[in-house]
Amino acid sequence: MASMNGALLDLKRLDRLAAGQTAMHRLDPRAKVLATLVFIVCVVSFGRYELSAMIPFFIFPAVLIVLGQLPAGYLITKVALVCPLAIAVGVFNPLFDRTVLVQLGPLGITGGWISCASIVVRTALTVGVALTLAALTGFPAICRAMERLGMPKAFAMQLLFLYRYIFVLTEEGARASRARELRSFGKKGRGPASYASLLGHLLLRTCQRAERIHMAMLARGFTGVFHGRDHSRFGAAELLFLLIWSLLCITLRLNNGAQLLGSLVTGLLS
Amino acid sequence: MSHHILEVENLRHVYPDGTAALRDVSFSVTHGESVAIIGANGAGKSTLLLHLNGHLTPSSGEIRIGHVPIGKSTLPKVRRTVGMVFQDPDDQLFMPTVYEDVAFGPMNLGIAGADLEKCVKGALRRVDAEHLAKKAPYHLSAGEKRRVAIATVLSMSPDILVMDEPTNGLDPHARRQLIGLLKDFHHSKIFTSHDLDMVLELCERTIILSGGEVRADGPTRDIFRDEAMLRECRLEKPLSMQGCPVCGRGGES
Repeated sequence: MASMNGALLDLKRLDRLAAGQTAMHRLDPRAKVLATLVFIVCVVSFGRYELSAMIPFFIFPAVLIVLGQLPAGYLITKVALVCPLAIAVGVFNPLFDRTVLVQLGPLGITGGWISCASIVVRTALTVGVALTLAALTGFPAICRAMERLGMPKAFAMQLLFLYRYIFVLTEEGARASRARELRSFGKKGRGPASYASLLGHLLLRTCQRAERIHMAMLARGFTGVFHGRDHSRFGAAELLFLLIWSLLCITLRLNNGAQLLGSLVTGLLS
Repeated sequence: MSHHILEVENLRHVYPDGTAALRDVSFSVTHGESVAIIGANGAGKSTLLLHLNGHLTPSSGEIRIGHVPIGKSTLPKVRRTVGMVFQDPDDQLFMPTVYEDVAFGPMNLGIAGADLEKCVKGALRRVDAEHLAKKAPYHLSAGEKRRVAIATVLSMSPDILVMDEPTNGLDPHARRQLIGLLKDFHHSKIFTSHDLDMVLELCERTIILSGGEVRADGPTRDIFRDEAMLRECRLEKPLSMQGCPVCGRGGES
């Protein structure tokens, strides 16, 4: 539970980063969300053995991090935390796929290793860009942007409530778990059974809280409609941002950027 | 017609499990009065508050706001007139930022544009929380949350302010700040609290609930002098009316 609290503090840090005032922060969230979507679609649509073509895509999060003055080390650590999951997904590929695809002198690299690396790079890119987007925009603004882009309103509200109350729920969960631990004296307590009851109580408390929140909403005249107040507009800067990044992503998707750069450099040298 | 008059007449509430939480409660609160409703745990305070803006429906009896009975058709008006501040600010602050939370009520009332801006800023200024406007509720301290929760209600310009345990969980400084703030409000105010020293400072009148009935209703200081009755209702004199803990002198009786 301590690590859960730590993760929450990190969410709060992402929120604080989103309150920045750089030009990247000021862009209409819709432009950032759309550019990120184009980026993610391009990255995930690569074939399983394509690795080098994905490397140039790191330019998108890198530029956003620099222009948005975000702490790169912090975001890289977050991405690194997710990478073991990606490795777990791809770890058996080298065992099953033993066809040698690349011969580096005496070393033959099999398709399994390449596809495993491809999964890890893909994860690093998509998670990295999602975190960068959250740190530049903030979760609530992303939800609103998606709503303005056509996501159903009820779904957007659900996400906003989830984000608002995840802090309260986790704190409640952490307190209950601490209380259980303190009375288990370093042993297992009553094992999984006590956790089942703890989770049940959390669920009941959540229902009661939901009821109280609904009462508070009714007390302030809620009639089922959320009135938005989003004044940001999609101007020339947003259009330019979206066009540049979309074009770059699509170009890099259709042509192997790394190979192009390589042949350019070797062409210049020869 | 004054919206500020609240009348509770022979109110009775029985929960579905058969528990009678309120039995024949009657009182009225007039314009500008500041009234405390106190009592032991389970005395019926929270149930009573939930009736005051129509969240619970009486099993029998009636509540009138400005001489108009609370009913389905009058609910929207009643909820604008009676501003309710809940005990746990986390229940009250559900929007992504403080500004949006304070604007939630006025927007539901159809206020928009410059009027909305003025209304929200005004409410935040009154609770000294203008600087918190852009913050998310989970980034606030308990005292800040409480002040913002009050602003969310003030922004709807209610005539009657109802607060459930306003000083609960606050540090002494935040508590003092809140008491100072509430003293300046000229609304009719109804509080429930176990903080009897706060009650002594803020409320000229006190109602004691015991077992779902009104046990006493009168000037706060007179009620707090009746030690025998306080004991019967599982209460005790506020600390500021008790004598010096060392020599026993200076107590009020």
